Amino acid sequence: MNIAPILITGAALFSLGIYGILVRRNAVMVLLAIELMLNSVNINFILFDAYLKDTLLQGQIFSIFIITIAAAEVGIGLAIVLMVFRNRQTANLNDFDLLKW
Amino acid sequence: MSGYEIIVYLLLILIFIMGFKVVTTSNVIHAAISLVLTLASTAGLFLMLSAEFVALVIILVYIGAVIVLFLFGIMITRAPLGQNAELDNTNKIFPALISFGIFSLMSVVLLTSFNGDVYVSDSSSIETLGLILLSRFVLPFEIVSFVLLAALIGGIVLARKDDSLISDDSI
Repeated sequence: MNIAPILITGAALFSLGIYGILVRRNAVMVLLAIELMLNSVNINFILFDAYLKDTLLQGQIFSIFIITIAAAEVGIGLAIVLMVFRNRQTANLNDFDLLKW
Repeated sequence: MSGYEIIVYLLLILIFIMGFKVVTTSNVIHAAISLVLTLASTAGLFLMLSAEFVALVIILVYIGAVIVLFLFGIMITRAPLGQNAELDNTNKIFPALISFGIFSLMSVVLLTSFNGDVYVSDSSSIETLGLILLSRFVLPFEIVSFVLLAALIGGIVLARKDDSLISDDSI
């Protein structure tokens, strides 16, 4: 099977994630879009692992590390969103303007 | 077209449609469920690319843990459930242009640089993966476990209710 369709899907998923980050107002939805981007990176790593016939399987190992870091990122991100929500009673990113002068 | 290619194409179409739904739907819960389906089809794609262990890790970690965390986040922050027009910014043309530009750039670069076929092995790669992960990559493995511990402690510290920091008249 040719690698072109899978490469295109990875790129499309990454740009969908960028669109989601730019267009969403809710902080939790922005985190969802970041997950999409990390997922597309995983797809590319696994695809190149299968394409290059790597004997060290470095693509798979890297995507396992990416999944771990993504889980940690979601935990910390949601804790921060929860903290901000507790203080400001909103999760709307347009209202997070405390540092704006 | 072989059966393998048909399955892979179906999975790719499913990944794209569900990913599109994650960023465009106006219902918060539907976005989370669409992310579940995106990740499930990604796991299927990884199975087709002979990366079984990563597919199982995706199902366990993402679908099992991360989505539950997201649903908790949605519930706790009282995100408006159901149809809601306030979820998106009003200006959608610039984000669409930017993301389409990045998509075109990445597609051109990737398609002109790489061409060839996917190599699918007929044996399992889990044994090799475990041996490599605990011999050559053992230091990154331990560092990642430390990062997870730090994230655990940081999450608890951030989300804990601390009465001395929050008073009624703060902010």
